[in-house]
Amino acid sequence: MGKVGIIGVGQSAFVRNYPGSIRELAFEGFKEAMQDAKIKTTDIGASIICSAPEYDKQRSPAGVLAEYLGLIPQPTFYLESLCSSSSMGLRTAYALIQSGLHDVVAVIGFQKMSEITSAESQERMGRGADIQWESPFGTMMPAYYAMHAQAHMAKYGTTSEDLALIRVKAATYGQKNPKAVYRKPVTLEMFSQPDNPLASPIASPLKVGDCCANADGSSCLIVANEEKAKEFCQKPVWIMGLGSASAAVNIAGRDSLTGLSVARASAAQAYKMAGVTPNDIDVAEVHDCFTIAEMMAYEDLGFAKPGEGKDLIRSKETYKEGKIPVNVDGGLLSKGHPIGATGGSQIRTIVLQLRGEAGEIQVKDPEIGLVHNIGGVGLYGNVTILGR
Amino acid sequence: MAGKKETDDRFKKFGTVSFTSLTKTNDFITYLEEGKIMGTRCRVCGMTFFPPRADCYNCLSSDMEWFPVTGTGKLASFSRLKYAPVGFEGDLPYTIALLDYGTYKVFGRVAPDVSEDEIKVGMEMKAEVNRLPNGQINFVFRKA
Ligand SMILES: [Zn+2]
Repeated sequence: MGKVGIIGVGQSAFVRNYPGSIRELAFEGFKEAMQDAKIKTTDIGASIICSAPEYDKQRSPAGVLAEYLGLIPQPTFYLESLCSSSSMGLRTAYALIQSGLHDVVAVIGFQKMSEITSAESQERMGRGADIQWESPFGTMMPAYYAMHAQAHMAKYGTTSEDLALIRVKAATYGQKNPKAVYRKPVTLEMFSQPDNPLASPIASPLKVGDCCANADGSSCLIVANEEKAKEFCQKPVWIMGLGSASAAVNIAGRDSLTGLSVARASAAQAYKMAGVTPNDIDVAEVHDCFTIAEMMAYEDLGFAKPGEGKDLIRSKETYKEGKIPVNVDGGLLSKGHPIGATGGSQIRTIVLQLRGEAGEIQVKDPEIGLVHNIGGVGLYGNVTILGR
Repeated sequence: MAGKKETDDRFKKFGTVSFTSLTKTNDFITYLEEGKIMGTRCRVCGMTFFPPRADCYNCLSSDMEWFPVTGTGKLASFSRLKYAPVGFEGDLPYTIALLDYGTYKVFGRVAPDVSEDEIKVGMEMKAEVNRLPNGQINFVFRKA
């Protein structure tokens, strides 16, 4: 079996209230990826359209987008695993290519969260959990992650300040990312200023500053078999390892609240497939929908031992110059989190890093990169390892 | 109308806002009305389930019996909400929590009269049926 490479990456700017339709939004990420890959739409054998349902008024968006992007009459279909949809899209593209069904596949992620009102969106968020047994108590995503934070603090002595340090790091790089929705600086002091919006409590112990920004956005990955990748691309980035897992939707079905089982399982699979260890990773993108999510990712991915994630951020080892740079594009916290587009954007960042084309946020000479992308509150997990 | 069967939608009474009305575990609500919080146990393989379910994935049986959630559980974690989803604003602030009973866990709310600084991860609590002002029913956790 040959290798599978990523030959083109693109994303739109992540913005609030995108002034256009979903097909126009998807076009932005697609255009950048196609110009990057320098191929024609007829070179693409199939498209996978990734988003989380219910934010779109359009039912079955795959056909609509494929037509707008010039990808008909090739097969197209919709794929969703909440916030990890486009990483699952890459996994599926890998399978379509390795099976020999297609040579080149486009993975297109998008989300236009502003398609519906914020009240409607909040109501849908509340139903992103177990609607029969847990939503009737008034649950929401920040509160579930807050429960993980509370448990992590109780077990390991992690503090609210440790979590705030993660947000400060995200903002450091968000300011340097022209495609980020949140480009303002954040300081640790802001979290203790009572009238600062970032210090406003949401669900204890999490504050507004611990939560990622909603955004509209799109991403696109062009994936090819080894032969086509070498034919089309000077610097293909190869898929070395893929891991994926699922867990109980209800929090009552989880063994631990100090980490995510899907992340640990996906990481173990991806490391094994790639034949590498956490020490071999030179740059990583992790799913920091909340600050605690990045803290748990350090530990679930093996960058730190359980309970020692706080030492990584305190010593700035996850900054660009550190031992394991994490989310040097601003992460979900500052770049924004357009659900279906997020995984594709994370993968784009790592591809650019491995090609040495990341500009101001370039990590020094990375050879192997990792992407950790979670759907729901640890309901779905995908870990992808990429190499030059 | 001739032949129209009455709909068993007892589950719409569960919680401040219920998102489910039809389920084979509707008896859960009747037990709640009687002051009992119940899970299910598979009569074939003995697996216990909370939240209760009608079907056993372990042995594929649907032959279930109800068992009561009794005794105390350890508070695995909690969070006090200052914002709420649509329909829950009137309950703010409230604390959601998870109690670990060993063989199963129970997700619910901490009773509103338990003060915030008394709540600590690891403390023993017990679940108790609770009637909501809007006529709905759920359960809450109190200090054991
Ligand atoms: Zn059974």
